[in-house]
Formats: sequence, structure tokens, C-alpha cells
Amino acid sequence: MTQRKRLSNTPSSSQAKRQSGAFPAQDDDDDVTFTQPSSTQVQRGLEKLTPAQVDQKTAEVVQFFLVKAQKKIPIRRADIVKHVVKEYKNIYPEIIKRATQTFDKVFGLKLVEIDTKNHLYILVNKLDPVEGDSPISAPANPKMGLLFQILSVVFMKGGVVRENVIWNTLKKLRVDPGEKHEEFGDVKKVVTEEFVRQKYLEYVRIPHTEPVEYEFRWGQRAEIEVSKPKILEFLGELHEVDPKSWSQQYREAHASQNSSQPSSSSSSQR
Amino acid sequence: MNDSHRRFLQTMMYNAIVDEKGARSLYRHCCEIHNTQHTPGHLDKFIDTINSQLQPLFMQIRKGTSEDTGDQFYALVNMAVTDVTRMSSGYADNELELFVKTMDLIVGSENGTASSTDILNSADTLTTKKLKKSETQHLLSRLVQDKWLNEKGGEYTLSTRCIIEMEPYISTMYQDQVKVCQICHSIAIQGQICENPMCGIKIHNPCVARYFKGRPEPQCPACNDFWPHEIPEI
Ligand SMILES: [Zn+2]
Ligand SMILES: [Zn+2]
Repeated sequence: MTQRKRLSNTPSSSQAKRQSGAFPAQDDDDDVTFTQPSSTQVQRGLEKLTPAQVDQKTAEVVQFFLVKAQKKIPIRRADIVKHVVKEYKNIYPEIIKRATQTFDKVFGLKLVEIDTKNHLYILVNKLDPVEGDSPISAPANPKMGLLFQILSVVFMKGGVVRENVIWNTLKKLRVDPGEKHEEFGDVKKVVTEEFVRQKYLEYVRIPHTEPVEYEFRWGQRAEIEVSKPKILEFLGELHEVDPKSWSQQYREAHASQNSSQPSSSSSSQR
Repeated sequence: MNDSHRRFLQTMMYNAIVDEKGARSLYRHCCEIHNTQHTPGHLDKFIDTINSQLQPLFMQIRKGTSEDTGDQFYALVNMAVTDVTRMSSGYADNELELFVKTMDLIVGSENGTASSTDILNSADTLTTKKLKKSETQHLLSRLVQDKWLNEKGGEYTLSTRCIIEMEPYISTMYQDQVKVCQICHSIAIQGQICENPMCGIKIHNPCVARYFKGRPEPQCPACNDFWPHEIPEI
């Protein structure tokens, strides 16, 4: 769809060519051809374009992100430039700025560059997940409960946890990584592949272990999207303990709160 | 536009299509969570606010009717691309080509269905890259899962989501084939057709049910000929 120039919706104008603009998956060519333009270059670029052209390009970038973000897989700047931004790459920073504003204002999402070296972006939800009874299935799917459990354990145990600890915790919750779960399917695959790909978890081999052992940490998406004070609150209620009694975790939770948590109330009101 | 609108929109993105009842309770739910004003009966106004923000992005939450039940639905549609390229999220070129062929079969048929056998046969005529039988079957179940097609006993129909989103495309691409329902004036893919060769108007099944309800001698609303079909009960 990135190839389309037509953007009106009157049937007469949809002389729909049957072209398909499927976004290629990921390709290998890297970022070398793209250097971030300077602000003067951006300024000069903008002067040569009509506001409508810039708006349209921004809309295309927003749609590209939305399509890609459905799977929660990080999006590479190289792919955005190559497949969407194209000849507008001299105004790339301006387009990303506007897309960021749109995600914030319209969708309640935050566009975050999680890796400034390899230029990877993710979309993070700014709206707090709601427990339980949404009248229709909401983005917070049941897997999120599973994830929340794992993140809680990792956080309470100081940030790194051997995988066995996680599997044992899950078994106590009747989620056996060795068996097919009726809701999650292959639990081990969900945890070690899906959550890892989505940047909720890091799953890294511990060096020099025989047999091979892995450990879990929080991934970058979790750091941004998941509230540590909320985790403490949740565990406190569960165990009927004042969260403050976990003094170290409590301090960490409230220290990191300001730096990395997107606040859900900051969305601009219209 | 506030967080209740944003949450509503996020849920629409996640579901792609929601029935009217679901949309109404979702509206209430979102307002409750964010402590914003909820006025029963103002769902469409609430959606208009979202749509005004979506417009520059060529997206829209659009209302439409199910051809099966006559129920109202809301779908999040992409207007930048009213044709099949909309589905670019994860479909390869040959898969999109097969979807177009499936649409050709469905829209070209009298009753708005295509059998899996016919679709599998048309997979042999792909010009991009051939699909194996098993690949075609897998693709068809994906299209059903993604709510582009419905399947019942090996017969495929266009889903409500597909029709809401692609109505402009279908009207243009199949100008000579597609008919407009005599009763509700929307395009009619599945429905009953008047057998008078001079007439041949089409009516959606739910519209047939409503229109002929309680009429012992159903007559075509256009030519007054006897309506020879079974009147469905909805
Ligand atoms: Zn009708
Ligand atoms: Zn007739």
C-alpha cells in the first residue's frame, strides 16, 4: 500500500489497479545508505513540499507502523526508509516527529526508539491494561497474565533469574512448559520465543554451564510498558503485604518510575 | 478526543470488526474506565470524534450490515486503499492474487459463494507464483481467521468486514456483476434474485425476511412477479 498515490475514497477514483504492495518481510540490507539529515536539510526539504504531501507521507508511515506493530516485533528504521519514506528521507526526522504525535494523540500509543544504534522502534501502549471484563476482547490478551507473572518473579529476584525458577513458578500455577496448554499452546515457545521477539523478555544463555542453562531478564518493551509499582501493588495484595516492606524493590520501582514510565495521563486532550 | 476514545480505537484495531451491541458496551466500558461522560445512544457521536482524528490518516470506523443476519457492525477500515492491497499485512503477492480470484468467484456467482474446490482449481491459474493445494487450504483458513472470508461446509462467502471495507472496490471492480439490494440499496453479494428475466433484482436474505414477513403471497417489489424463493427466517 505504500506505493499508492491515490488517497481519496470516491468509488470513481478507485480505478483500483490490482497491484499488491505487500510489505516485504525483513530484508538484509542495512542502514548504511541512510544518514540522519540535519535540521537545516529538513527545513530545506520541507520548503519544497506541500503540507498535503508531508501529511500523506506521515499517514503512510503511521499505517506501516500499525501493520508491523500488530505482531509487536521491533521495526527497523532501514525498513521504514526503504519501503515508505523513500524519496522523502531528507525530511525523515520531521515525519517521525509527526507520526509520534499522531500515535500519542489519536491512538494512545508511544513510539519509542529502543535501540539508537541499530535504530529499532516499538509502539508501546500508554493506556493502562485493564484487568478482566472488557465487553469484547481487548488488546490485553490472556498471555499478558502469564507474562506479568514472569516479570514479577524476575523483578522480585533482583532482575535476573535462571530459567528453572520460572518453569517451577509456572508449574505451581498449573502452566507446565512441557505440556500443551489449552490457552497458550506451547508455553515454552511463547515464553522463550514470542515474548523475547516482542522484547518483553531477554532469554540468554549462561556461559560455561553444562548442561546448558538460560536466564531471564526484563526486555526493553517491558521496561517501558510495565509499571513496577503496579507489580508491587499486585503482589502486595496477593500476599497481603505492604509493598513498602520489599524495601529494595520498592525503592527501585519508584526510582525508575519517573525516567522510563510513560504516563497515561499525559496524552493531549482535544 | 480523550483516553476513552483511544481505548475504544485500540480495541477496534485489535478486533477489526465489532457488532453493534459489543460496540455499545465497549463505549460504556471505555467511559467508565477513564471517568468520561457516557451518554447511551451517543455511540455514533463518540465514533465521529474518533473518525475526525482518523481522517487525515485515511482510516475510519465505518458501520455496515451483515449479509447473513442483517445485524449492524462497526469495522475499522482503511480508506487509502479500498482494494486488496489493504491486506498487505502479511500476505504475499500470490496470496493476494488468490484472494482476488476468490472474490471474482464469489461476486460472479449468483448466490455469493464459492466452493473450496473451485477456489483450489483457480489456484492453478495464478500468474505470480503457484500455490500448492495444502498452501491454498492454509491460506483460506488464514483469510477466515483474519475475518476476510467466512466458511460454512466448504463454501466461502465474503465476510461482513470484507464487504464494509471493500464496498467501494467491489462496486468499481465488479460494476457489471454486482447488484444493489432492492430494499436497503447496499451492494448485495449473498441474496435472492427475482427470476423474471426482465427484472432480476436482488435482495439480501435478511432484507427478504423483513420485507416479506407476514405476506402469504410474496411478490417482487420491482416487477410484482411471484417471489419463488423460500423466505428465510431471521
Ligand atoms: Zn438489503
Ligand atoms: Zn422482479
